[in-house]
Amino acid sequence: MEISLLSTSIFAFLVVNAMLLSASVLVYAERRVSGFMQNRPGPNRVGPLGILQPFADVLKFVMKEDIQPAASNTFIHALAPVLMVVIAMSVASLIPFAEGVVLLDIDVGVLMVLALTSVTVYGITLGGWSSNSKYSLLGGLRSAAQMISYELSMGLAVISVVIIAGTMSLPGIVEDQASGWAVLGWNAFRNPVGCIIFIVTAFAETNRAPFDLPEAEQELVGGYHTEYSGMKFGMFFLAEYVNWFVASFIIVTLFFGGYLIPFQPLLLAAIPALDGSLLLTLLQFGSLMLKVAFFAFLFIWVRWTFPRFKYNQLMDLGWKKMLPIALANTVVIAIGVAIFRSIF
Amino acid sequence: MALASVTFFALALIAIASAVGVLIARSPIYSALSLVLNLLSVAGLYLTMNASFIGVIQILVYAGAIMVLVLFVIMLLNLDALPSPRSIGWGPILGFVLGIGLLAQLLYVMLTSFGISLEAAEPVTTAMAVENGSANTLGQILFTEYALHLQVAAILLLAATVGAVMLAQRRFA
Amino acid sequence: MDLSGAFTAMWADLPAIFSMLIVGAAGLVVILMEAFQNRDPRIPWLTAGAFGLAMGWEAFQLGTAPDTAFFEQLRTGGYAAYINLLILGAGLFTTLVSPPYLRRLNRNFGEVYALLLFATVGMIMLGTSNTLISVFVGLETMSVCLYIMAGLLREDEGGIESGFKYFVLGAFSTGFLLYGIALMYGTTGTMHLPEMAGAFPDGVPLLFWAGVGLVIVGFGFKVSAAPFHMWTPDVYQGAPTTLTGYMSTASKASAFAALILILFFALPSAQASLVLAVLALITMAVGNVMALRQANVKRMLAYSSIAHAGYMFVALASGTTAGYSGALFYLLVYTVMNLGAFGVLALLEWDGMAGRKQTLSSLAGMGLERPVLGASMAVFMFSLIGFPPFGGFIGKYYIFAPAVSAGLTWLVIIGLLFSAMSGYYYLRVIYVLYMQTAADVAEADRAPEGGFAQPAWLSTAAVALCAVLLLVLGVAFSGVVDVTEMLFIQADAMAQTP
Repeated sequence: MEISLLSTSIFAFLVVNAMLLSASVLVYAERRVSGFMQNRPGPNRVGPLGILQPFADVLKFVMKEDIQPAASNTFIHALAPVLMVVIAMSVASLIPFAEGVVLLDIDVGVLMVLALTSVTVYGITLGGWSSNSKYSLLGGLRSAAQMISYELSMGLAVISVVIIAGTMSLPGIVEDQASGWAVLGWNAFRNPVGCIIFIVTAFAETNRAPFDLPEAEQELVGGYHTEYSGMKFGMFFLAEYVNWFVASFIIVTLFFGGYLIPFQPLLLAAIPALDGSLLLTLLQFGSLMLKVAFFAFLFIWVRWTFPRFKYNQLMDLGWKKMLPIALANTVVIAIGVAIFRSIF
Repeated sequence: MALASVTFFALALIAIASAVGVLIARSPIYSALSLVLNLLSVAGLYLTMNASFIGVIQILVYAGAIMVLVLFVIMLLNLDALPSPRSIGWGPILGFVLGIGLLAQLLYVMLTSFGISLEAAEPVTTAMAVENGSANTLGQILFTEYALHLQVAAILLLAATVGAVMLAQRRFA
Repeated sequence: MDLSGAFTAMWADLPAIFSMLIVGAAGLVVILMEAFQNRDPRIPWLTAGAFGLAMGWEAFQLGTAPDTAFFEQLRTGGYAAYINLLILGAGLFTTLVSPPYLRRLNRNFGEVYALLLFATVGMIMLGTSNTLISVFVGLETMSVCLYIMAGLLREDEGGIESGFKYFVLGAFSTGFLLYGIALMYGTTGTMHLPEMAGAFPDGVPLLFWAGVGLVIVGFGFKVSAAPFHMWTPDVYQGAPTTLTGYMSTASKASAFAALILILFFALPSAQASLVLAVLALITMAVGNVMALRQANVKRMLAYSSIAHAGYMFVALASGTTAGYSGALFYLLVYTVMNLGAFGVLALLEWDGMAGRKQTLSSLAGMGLERPVLGASMAVFMFSLIGFPPFGGFIGKYYIFAPAVSAGLTWLVIIGLLFSAMSGYYYLRVIYVLYMQTAADVAEADRAPEGGFAQPAWLSTAAVALCAVLLLVLGVAFSGVVDVTEMLFIQADAMAQTP
């Protein structure tokens, strides 16, 4: 299959801009939903219903003075936020948005997602270290320890999905869930333990509450980005929201049927003309976005529901509970798949 | 294809430059980061050669896990950059000369050996490269031909873990 | 590859790696037992049982024809059984003498025995390897366990130095080995040793020799051949003595076995001979000259083990079947006498720092106070010199004779001169043990009153058994030599018939 450089570039440009835009939507959504949960209005002054608030935020970031600590490491201090944004953005290139609509269909897509996630930690650690501040350093170290601890369980959850699907390509995994009216075939039903583990570790990997120890305000001021200001802080901010958004995409893709419309086989049987049409693609995209919206909402919901972990609880959960469960789940799934295949 | 060779040479240049950076950087952080860059560019080289699985594993294992731990240790120990060398003793100079000598020998040997062609090996096509680099092929080989090595390597890792925990954690005396 | 066929083949090959399986499984069980009960007294017995069982199995394999197992990754048959017997025997001896010794050092952990078993798994893989991958995996498994064992005395600066030096230099040498393996694979396109020799119908390229050179550097480090020996004295001195004995014998036996396999199968041409001869010369010179000036017995034995690696390289340099079989026989003798010597030292240790601070003079008169240990030590020392009627003499004969017939007379003469020189430092041990008393040595060198522990009967018996074995090997050697020669004749025949 020959893909022209031009169309790929246009697609990539679209994806990057969609991600940037979605970050601003998420900022708005988080503040409004938080306000709703805490029984207060939230931002409502900039534009109708405060919808232009994120743009005002961005403007503020750009206008602010970029302050750099005196004894900091200039190069790495500037590198860290860029690294965060670039990596967060590049994961988006692997997500299948609809049938056949994916920027990079690589045969080891899932592993690529894991690999890129694991590199994210450099941004936080380096940002924390280069600031030359104890709060930043502690935040950076915490994040490195946390992400490495939870990456193991995340990897094992992904492996259980790969075992079921028999492929590591993301579109392949989505297509594998198409059986059973495309609802019961979802991996969330076939592999519920793996699903829960993955969602929990996704929270930990994105440093979202209740795993937001790297930036715990009460202990560390702002954590790894204490010493950042202006657009550099804005980039950390942006990366956090993009990561959150991308994590929702990955959860949906791996466990909730990705772009599949619920009851898609029934729908296609009823209206055969739909197969392969542009409308189906749009429907699939819409279904994906709805599911993603739910998980994006879940992130906010959890944030205002669970208190933050203590550090020892975090490590305890990661190593003594999640890891053994994930390991056992992988073995059970592997045996189950082997038995299933030998019967059918 | 021009684009492929441009990518290759760019990645190769970055890999070599960052490898040199690992050696000459005076600050341990810069040294470690150069190594990360080196590993990433080598992973990129694998990807351009269609060995996507190995390329991604290279990022995941080396850049994503091992080097993070190395960085972690450097930060925890808060290692300072080495001072610039004022004077060099005869030891390093001798080592340098011998090292250059060894390198020259190896380079000479390599240069004279560019013409070697293996009779058994067929020319590698893209399809073959994709096939050989895939997780499926690797898995089959690992669990048949090298199954024993896989198990012994598991014992190696277990021994290393047990030893590290024992030496670091045991309350002696 | 057909998967079910492959699994059937592996299943059928399981008996071929029985000893590896039993030792590895025992290691896992030991880890679990230690997890449930600290310092479970059954652990040493279980370890010894595993070694004994595996030895019993291997003894029956001595006469079998050479073959390969696990998709030609490992060699089986007589050669493998011989090497495995050596390694397992060293493991068994170490397990028998270690518990009382480690208890005195307060280090009698189950993990030590597990590491011993795991190291043995690696050694078996290394000593019976048929591909370079097996060589590497086996070598690394062995080395990682040994690094940890060397650093077992963590509070003592000598222990730290030992573990750290071994680890850093070992990792460094692994780089050479890997680079060499990569070059050898790159030029031949195969990892299988027997296929390498036939890979070049028209002339061996220089690149292959570069690979061989780097591999020899890597092995030279592991068998502590000069000039790659720098780590040996410090590591041996700081490691717990019984484990030093294991390190200096079993790891060398398996590394030499793998080196012999590489030389025998992959490099049939005689071009490596001169390199090995020079290596042998330097190693013998460094080991013997440096050993002369050592006041500490462990350090002296470390240099002596370097010297003995040099003698073995003389046999390898001859490049003939007789030379290789002589080296195999010498490995057996060397293992027995070195294990025994380190065992005696462990029993006569009083400083609680693995003998790091203990001079030879502090052992004055112990030969008469501990008659069995003294007599055994005398046997080991005479055998290390190469004195008839002990095994060391016969071993040296079978090493030097093939070298003479291969035209390396100059090397043999130098080797004999160095052997004579070694008499000085070996005999001094006997002199101090028997002819001196504590009153003769300076105050600072004396052992404290009651410093020597009462030797455990099992350890003493094991040491005495080594001494008896050396006597037996010195008299009734022909059977063993026949076996070692047979192994290569069989292997030759197998290599001829594709």
